[in-house]
Amino acid sequence: MGRLWLFDETINTDVLAPGFYMKSPLAELSKHCLEAVRPEFASTVQKGDVLLAGENMGVGSSREQAAEVLKFLGISCVIAKSFAGIFYRNAINLGLPAFLLPKDSQLSKEFVDGVSVIFDFENCILIHEGSDIKINLDPLPAFLRELINDGGLVSHLEKRFVGK
Amino acid sequence: MSTLAQKIIANACSRNAVEPGEIVVCSVDLAMIHDSGGPRRVKPILEKLNRKVWDNEKVVVVTDHYVPIESEETRAIQELTKKWVITQDIQNFYDQQGICHVVVPEKGHLKPGMFCVGGDSHSPTGGAFGAYMFGIGATEMAGVLATGEIWLKVPKTIYIKWKGKLNRLVTAKDMMLATCRQIGMGGGQYQAIQYIGDAIYDLSVQDRMTLSNMAAELGAQTGLIAPDEKTIRFINQSGGLVPENWKSFCLDKPASNANVTEFDASILSPQIAAPHSPENSENADEFANTVFDVAYIGACTGAKYVDLAAAASILKGRKIASGVTLKVAPASLKDEKQALDDGILKILQDAGAEFLPNSCGICAGYGKDRLAEEQVCLSSTARNFQGRMGAHTSQVYLASPYTVAASAVVGKMIDPRELMVN
Repeated sequence: MGRLWLFDETINTDVLAPGFYMKSPLAELSKHCLEAVRPEFASTVQKGDVLLAGENMGVGSSREQAAEVLKFLGISCVIAKSFAGIFYRNAINLGLPAFLLPKDSQLSKEFVDGVSVIFDFENCILIHEGSDIKINLDPLPAFLRELINDGGLVSHLEKRFVGK
Repeated sequence: MSTLAQKIIANACSRNAVEPGEIVVCSVDLAMIHDSGGPRRVKPILEKLNRKVWDNEKVVVVTDHYVPIESEETRAIQELTKKWVITQDIQNFYDQQGICHVVVPEKGHLKPGMFCVGGDSHSPTGGAFGAYMFGIGATEMAGVLATGEIWLKVPKTIYIKWKGKLNRLVTAKDMMLATCRQIGMGGGQYQAIQYIGDAIYDLSVQDRMTLSNMAAELGAQTGLIAPDEKTIRFINQSGGLVPENWKSFCLDKPASNANVTEFDASILSPQIAAPHSPENSENADEFANTVFDVAYIGACTGAKYVDLAAAASILKGRKIASGVTLKVAPASLKDEKQALDDGILKILQDAGAEFLPNSCGICAGYGKDRLAEEQVCLSSTARNFQGRMGAHTSQVYLASPYTVAASAVVGKMIDPRELMVN
């Protein structure tokens, strides 16, 4: 269970991982995640929270810290109407579930910023706590599910090379 | 019939043909990394996997982000990079010689038909050489370096067709800003863009690199241009070995049902994109008299040799206006040297330009010259997201080097043709 963070505007990588803090350790960089659009985000986000974004989520740079800071801060899943390709790949590779909202799906009015939601990875659904209204997310291809289940690309490759 | 993208991908996954939507695993011909997303990020992962790079001859390392060294943090990053390159026995290491997207082709590494990845979002630049090249993050890059492979969903090809002839003082950057407005930053849908039409082939190879580079701004995975004689000449002059079968990659005829967006170069005016997106572009005269503090000629799409030459053609015999600073960061050492030899740097200097190192610098918000609070910058770079080039309250307008230079002379934004009426 977690809080829903709803963003209507397009979120780019400079907002997620500002260039000025890119030389800093992840813990420091993450303090500035989204501060440009939602200054309270980094200090109040909690483990299990879900980020729901609009179009072209994560547009911009290839810096994977843009996805990494979200995972570091405890975001359990990023859902968007559409993703920028590199951000999407980065999120999956880091083991951060990223799901598309099905095309033409109407977000029911219960899913407003700040409500409690439950994210069910196995069944690819987001549940509004209280009303139990669900959003069915576009399922991932099997090999990407496996990658996330392994904990991301590195753990996946560790299985292959190191036999862990 | 296969598109250029499909043909390269089919080769890379050892198939006769591939169809859009298929997921395939490709062998990588070249992996480019830089000091920011490269060694410092991939080293711990490769150590964890107990692997060295799969093929040291297929890896190119460039330092361009934390250049110049200006703190203990950036020194540590550069030292780590240098040591790692030695331990991995990587010969293709270009230390502080310019921005990766410009340095890699100028050293002859990119050729038609190659399948390449880069640890930077502007990696589609390689498309200007008929190579399928795209940007990936550091973890995925570590995966490539360990295995030599990467998965990919075969893209559809979206054609951007520019017919007609560009007018004087209108450039590839103007074409690109107009394209961003027309199809939007998500218009590329992470598919392959291919630029076609007479106006594309009329461009110099360095100008084509601007188009391919900014396929990233369209949200495409790559931005291809089919090779022609100009491409081959560029590669030969860069010391690259051109593959004998290069003509088999001259595929630029869209199928009858293909997605083609057509533009007419002959009616294009110089463009300016307002903060905070490249798609906020309009004809430059819509911004007439907008004031700014810093004129910046820099970065991979804005300070190559052709861009420096364009700025110099405006600034020759002129001075920049008082109250405006002109900063120039030539995209590579090679381009800077050529500009020096041709008298271009002298012209820029006499006009009042201040020179910065051959690095990503202000464009990526790195270094001491990043924009201060409330500063307004007119920039020849590719991306103007809020806060990208410095303080959150700074504002960045994008334009061609002609427009940046002419506006610096007037002290206000201007269509460069108004300054150069004669």
